[in-house]
Amino acid sequence: MAHSDHDNPALGHHWESFEQQHQGNVMGMWLFLSTEIMLFSGMFLAYFIFRMLYPDMFTAANHFQNVFLGTVNTAVLIMSSVTMVLAVRSAQVGNNRLLRIFLLATAFLGLVFLGIKAYEYYEHWHEGLVPGLHWTNAELIADEAKGIFKGSAQIYFFMYFVMTIIHALHMTVGLGIVLTLWWRARDGRFLKEGFDPIELIGLYWHFVDVVWVFLFPLLYLLGKQG
Amino acid sequence: MAVPTLALPQKKNYINAGSGLKSWLLTTDHKRIAILYLISISIMFLLGGLMAALIRMELLTPAADLMGSDDYNRLFTSHGVVMIFGFLIPSIPAVLGNFLIPLMIGAKDLAFPRVNLLSWYIYMVAGVMVLWVLFNGGLDTGWTFYTPYSSSVSTSEVLPTTLAVFIMGFSSILTGLNFIVTIHTMRAPGMTWFRMPLFLWSMYATSLIMLLGTPVLGITMLLLFAERVFGVGIFDPALGGDPLLFQHFFWFYSHPAVYIMILPSMGVISEVIAAFTRKRIFGYRFVAFSSIAIAIFGFLVWAHHMFVAGMSIHAALIFSLLSYLVAIPSAIKVFNWSATLYKGSIQFSTPMLYAMGFLGLFTIGGLTGLFLSALALDVHVTDTYFVVAHFHFIMVGGAVMGYLAGLHFWWPKITGRMYSETWAKLAALITFIGFNVTFFPQFIVGFLGMPRRYHTYAPEFQVLNILSTAGASILAVGMILPIFYLTSSLWSGKRAGKNPWGAAGLEWETESPPPQFNFDETPVVTVGAYNYGPVEDKIG
Amino acid sequence: MGDIPLFPESASTASGQFDIMFFFMVFLAVFFTVLVAGAVIYFSFRYRRRSADEVPPQISGNTKLEVGLMVPLAGLALIAFTWNAVLYMNMWDPPDDAMEIYVAGKQWMWKMQHPDGQQEINTLHVPVDTPVKLLMTSQDVIHSFYVPAFRIKHDVLPGRYTTLWFEATDVGEYHLFCAEYCGTNHSRMIGQVIVLGQADYEEWLATAGSTGSPTTAGDSGMADSGGTVAPEAAGAQLYESLGCAGCHNGGVIGPALDGIFGEEVQLEGGGSATVDENYLRRSILQPNADIVAGYQPVMPTFEGQVDEDQLFQLIKYIESLSSDNAETEQ
Repeated sequence: MAHSDHDNPALGHHWESFEQQHQGNVMGMWLFLSTEIMLFSGMFLAYFIFRMLYPDMFTAANHFQNVFLGTVNTAVLIMSSVTMVLAVRSAQVGNNRLLRIFLLATAFLGLVFLGIKAYEYYEHWHEGLVPGLHWTNAELIADEAKGIFKGSAQIYFFMYFVMTIIHALHMTVGLGIVLTLWWRARDGRFLKEGFDPIELIGLYWHFVDVVWVFLFPLLYLLGKQG
Repeated sequence: MAVPTLALPQKKNYINAGSGLKSWLLTTDHKRIAILYLISISIMFLLGGLMAALIRMELLTPAADLMGSDDYNRLFTSHGVVMIFGFLIPSIPAVLGNFLIPLMIGAKDLAFPRVNLLSWYIYMVAGVMVLWVLFNGGLDTGWTFYTPYSSSVSTSEVLPTTLAVFIMGFSSILTGLNFIVTIHTMRAPGMTWFRMPLFLWSMYATSLIMLLGTPVLGITMLLLFAERVFGVGIFDPALGGDPLLFQHFFWFYSHPAVYIMILPSMGVISEVIAAFTRKRIFGYRFVAFSSIAIAIFGFLVWAHHMFVAGMSIHAALIFSLLSYLVAIPSAIKVFNWSATLYKGSIQFSTPMLYAMGFLGLFTIGGLTGLFLSALALDVHVTDTYFVVAHFHFIMVGGAVMGYLAGLHFWWPKITGRMYSETWAKLAALITFIGFNVTFFPQFIVGFLGMPRRYHTYAPEFQVLNILSTAGASILAVGMILPIFYLTSSLWSGKRAGKNPWGAAGLEWETESPPPQFNFDETPVVTVGAYNYGPVEDKIG
Repeated sequence: MGDIPLFPESASTASGQFDIMFFFMVFLAVFFTVLVAGAVIYFSFRYRRRSADEVPPQISGNTKLEVGLMVPLAGLALIAFTWNAVLYMNMWDPPDDAMEIYVAGKQWMWKMQHPDGQQEINTLHVPVDTPVKLLMTSQDVIHSFYVPAFRIKHDVLPGRYTTLWFEATDVGEYHLFCAEYCGTNHSRMIGQVIVLGQADYEEWLATAGSTGSPTTAGDSGMADSGGTVAPEAAGAQLYESLGCAGCHNGGVIGPALDGIFGEEVQLEGGGSATVDENYLRRSILQPNADIVAGYQPVMPTFEGQVDEDQLFQLIKYIESLSSDNAETEQ
């Protein structure tokens, strides 16, 4: 029976069966995501330490975020997760047309997210909120000089840029893979036994979304009520 | 394409399965990738060794005579970066682990062969960056990159080096991921967890650390990189940052990284001792679980590098206590290996000589590690040559000895040839003597108070430094000899046959060198590891 | 040259206690090393392979033995831990009457200042049999103050104070090393601790005071702020010239500073802090970080207006306000 499976090009030569291959692939992706969790944990830890050291500075700097755009982006990403779930489902049940539609929809939503994010970066640049490169925001510089808060607001924006840029890079990679899969899905290769790649990119996509769900309140909302 | 004739064709194996550079550079065969790694890490090792030789020559006298302080600082930094990131971390996993894991569990390859090749290319990109830095200005921060020196003051090539270390991390992560998935999902029928050779348990534990620790080093390097580029104070107190935060981040990876380097050697030692005593390892489950325990506890002790760094006393007390905890699984291992010798049938082949050297040196390295996790004692000896000596007892006496034991043990399997046993034993002996003469005096000179990373030093430290340098020249001979006799064995070595040592284990049941897909038929496992005879559960 | 030195000089109260503990640890290490090496060598000869086809008895293990071994090992570990912990805690707990010396590290030199203001570079004169507390900070990167003969060491960090203390027991000259790698001339950031008899120290103080300059020749890259003026006196002048009195005297706009040193204060927004060197340092450089409850965040920062030495002088002045009070109360 293993030999009959090997006639199917979707089964790698070194695997004994589709079941084994599937198990290995899924586990590999989960392990990869666990390293991603450690990567982001490091950043979150640094974020919390500086937040603890300089709470007023975080509130002051936070104030410059565009909460409306952040909220829209959060909604866009959650919708993209839904379309991704539908894409995986379509591959499992063998509907290639729907699979390709949902992949494209997911990619489109991802693109919208990145576009909005880029616009926000443009705004930050415009307002002089880019640490090191273009730090000219009069309000923050004046408050800092007056000692209204301790620490430098550059630290907040530094953490903000590091975290969101790394997140955006993950989005970009995901977007590239989704589009590649969409293109390669023309021949229906990802249906039924061949659906591992779709499931894996689905896991990855959800993970990147979940990271954003943590980033959004931490970077945009906390301290707003004050 | 010539059709093989009946005139006794040479058996197909992974080496002659394809020819030409391209067949090697694009291979996805785990055995060929292991060879690619073997060549690249050997180059790194020789470079790192060369730097060590220069360091020892400079330290022959208290004054600066060979080079200026800036050059000396670049030298010991590069020695550390090249040896740790370029050699020790990949050494056993990427060469022996890559080659042996599928063989030992009866699989055709690792779970993700293309990812495996990718991780070698990533390693090469990072390795070339490290070498580029070496010849273009160098790095002078020490391999520990302490801030704010590295982030704000040093004018050397911090940026490309941190980037290289960051990139090299991916290689490590992908290797670890590949190993874990392989061990979980690809074991041959009948190969249960507790029938696995202990080498696999140690590889599994190592992979766990690679997966969970390396990303934290990655983000640390990234933050340091960004701090330097944008001048924002994450780690520099002058800009509002916290230098201790960097140390916490750095050691959170770099202490477990020490276990990335030593655990694989422990695995090798288990295999070698079992084979050359013809016995199962005493307390198999204790040894297996102690590997996992080391991986887990290893994540809880990082701040014992910071007892005089300005951390709170309470934190220091906790980290000291936890550090003793991690010593217990190591002690269990040493006890079990020694107990395996008891009533064995001990054969003094080269791998066994290295393994016995390992036992002694690792014991000293581990016990002096307890000196360093002892709070008051650490205050005096930390940042002195005592630390240098301890570290090299673990890394050279432990990790490198283990690597050499493994390389000699599986060389016949990898190449299909036997090396000269006489030369190999001689090299093992020279290495052992040279090592001790080099590094033992450093314990004393460190206890006397000579700080590490000193280019010039007080005259009363000279005698011990001369001894150490003399030892280094002996050690160098021991390290260079294998290059000759191992290389020459490729042409003139005796054919090895399937199982030259009479060892148990799946890897010895296939041809030497193994065929492209390891086994002609998927093996079925019915017995546990080290099945040299029926078990008697009595002692004495 | 000649004899191989094996043991460093021991010249402080801590080093004597340290050495006893160290011998205990060495004894343990030697014992276990000999045990393991002995077993390996003995078994190797006793059980060497005698015929090519011999099969030794297969022993799978012994759980009782393993656990039984762990217990005494854990016990020994606990002894080593506790012993070290006690010595360690003592290292950071200077006696109240310790003489305080200010140490500033800078690439690549050490500057010390005595309580009465005498300064020296790379050399530290101290009296024998007197507890000495070092209040240390760095002006650039991390350094580490290490005196092997006293068995003490602590990192010296920029942006905060760390402390260390010792009581020298023998007159003599001892090495001072920088133990944390700090750049090009790290190995030349060295000096001496010179332990003098009480009378000799007094005499040295007087001489050093009369010359009014560092006793050791060297390129002084550090501002020589005020010769032999005691730091609290210099601090009092600064306190006036910077206008601190305007708000802090009387405690209307800012908290009164008399007797505040060493006390615990309630902070605005909850929490409390002990007023020590690091708290005062923060309060001068980042005044609105930890505001004392009941006050407004109106104090401007003095970051960039006072240098490391002046900061130290101000802190010593505020500290002296407390000791004066304590004396009058008694």
